[in-house]
Amino acid sequence: MNDEGWRRLHPLSPLVRAGRATIAIFILLVPTLLSGRNASSEYFQLAVVAALAGLGVVSWLVTRWRIDGDDLRIETGVLRRQSLRFPLSQVQAIDIVRPGLARMFRVAELRLRMGGASGDTARLAYLNEHEVEPLRAYLLALAHRGETAEAPLEEAPERVLVQLPTPRLVASILVSDVGMLGEIVLLGLVIGAIVAPGAARAIASTGAAELVAVATLVWRRFNQEYRFSLAQADDGLRLHSGLVALNTETIRAGRVQAVRMVEPLLWRRLGWCRLEVDLAGRQRRKGEGETSGRPIRALLPVGSRALALELLEHVIPDAPQPALRPPSRVRWKSPLRYRFLAWGRSDTVVVTRTGRIRRVTVWVPLEKVQSVRWVEGPVQRALRLATVHLDTAGRALHAALRDRDRGEADAALGDLVRLARAARRAPP
Amino acid sequence: MNEPDWLAPSPRLLTMRRAQVAAGAVGAAVLLFAALVSSTLAGAVIAGVAALVAGAVAQLFVTRRVRAWGYAEREDDLFVKRGVLFARLSVIPYGRMQFVDVTAGPVERLFGLATVRMHTAAAASDARIPGLASDEAARVRDRLAELGESQAAGL
Repeated sequence: MNDEGWRRLHPLSPLVRAGRATIAIFILLVPTLLSGRNASSEYFQLAVVAALAGLGVVSWLVTRWRIDGDDLRIETGVLRRQSLRFPLSQVQAIDIVRPGLARMFRVAELRLRMGGASGDTARLAYLNEHEVEPLRAYLLALAHRGETAEAPLEEAPERVLVQLPTPRLVASILVSDVGMLGEIVLLGLVIGAIVAPGAARAIASTGAAELVAVATLVWRRFNQEYRFSLAQADDGLRLHSGLVALNTETIRAGRVQAVRMVEPLLWRRLGWCRLEVDLAGRQRRKGEGETSGRPIRALLPVGSRALALELLEHVIPDAPQPALRPPSRVRWKSPLRYRFLAWGRSDTVVVTRTGRIRRVTVWVPLEKVQSVRWVEGPVQRALRLATVHLDTAGRALHAALRDRDRGEADAALGDLVRLARAARRAPP
Repeated sequence: MNEPDWLAPSPRLLTMRRAQVAAGAVGAAVLLFAALVSSTLAGAVIAGVAALVAGAVAQLFVTRRVRAWGYAEREDDLFVKRGVLFARLSVIPYGRMQFVDVTAGPVERLFGLATVRMHTAAAASDARIPGLASDEAARVRDRLAELGESQAAGL
């Protein structure tokens, strides 16, 4: 095998990949090294660290990658040698991921999400920060042309659609469900501390785990959506966000299976909503992280209804609004849902609205509909109602024409099956 | 929508389900009797008879549920209907089919039956036809595979 064109990852990769373990080791090691010198257990600890570091270096040494015609090839592994070949023509999206430690060392991970039946992810972790952007543009250009012709090394220009102001994000978290929970707990503790200092301290110490859990939830939300921005690029919508870890992600329009607008109770008073898309993807595999397997992406973590509808236009053009209300006897079956239930359709898109406390509106393009189901439960039969479900390849969202009059549901089933067939056959 | 021509699963499915319920009821009756007979003979008899009566009632429900199954092969899609209490009708376009599998468990094999299941990219799609005679199952599978190939659509 000739070594021509093979490249290695950044030398600091093993360090960054070890991530938090690295920090923990340093914290543990530094005090022992600074204090006494002659304890033999230190040599043992050092040996363990050295062995781990050695393994990291070896894994770095044996890993290499190259662009080989239309393929990205990655070779890795010592005992079980792997040679991976990713055809660039099947690339769905290329994301740049920068965890906190990677940012410290000025490196970044390039993640290529492949389409096709396998739906694998090619990871180049980690590359030099300066290298990543041009390489991404180059790979994308190759992916689009499917040939090694001269590719522009410049990133295609982006048109920024949304930039989330940090005060708005903070405010939205404060009035969200998780935020409210945290506030109530904190308020309770403060009042407790004033009224009975001893008791409050006892509660705080016993409930420490719960406090930490709530704080983590709030923090994760903030960290993930900090400085969120959405831009229109040539290859789709591009998302940037993150405080500690920076994420860049591209969503191709064709991958969107459904769009959802969520309006929680308190946000509704402020005229805010959240817009999310569900993407086609494989089933989550074992051991896969929450973020990589997460099928839902927020297009707008928080924003006005008008802005959300404007963004919706980018993803699903000419989206209808839910206008058809269910018959009033539905009050008996779904008393809480009744005020929100509605649906509507154009010839290519179906919209449904539901929710008990949150108002949830889901848009599904008919060309993405995988199957249609008509369901009638015992209570519905008594009230002459039925529900029509639209199933898509997205896993988190699904549209249901809930609790419609029997006759209307039957007619809708026929119409939707016919329209979905027409949408499927239409040239893209 | 005009009513399609419904096909029903094999009559042997009803026999099989009834046999399963009967076996369950008799098994439960015997177990209850054996467990109680050492303490009270009367209680043991009553419990055993109650289990048998429950089994007999269950036969009625099973019959209705089995009769509710139906499928229809239309030009562009497959209809599958099922359920009594919760009535369902699934419409699966042939073009959305990813694969078809035919399974036959030990009990089904005993009765010469098989279950055909269609898979689409949506996890919620529920397209299962149980209790087809083996040759009918093979016919349905081949026909679905053929139609799926000719009408295949991307995601």
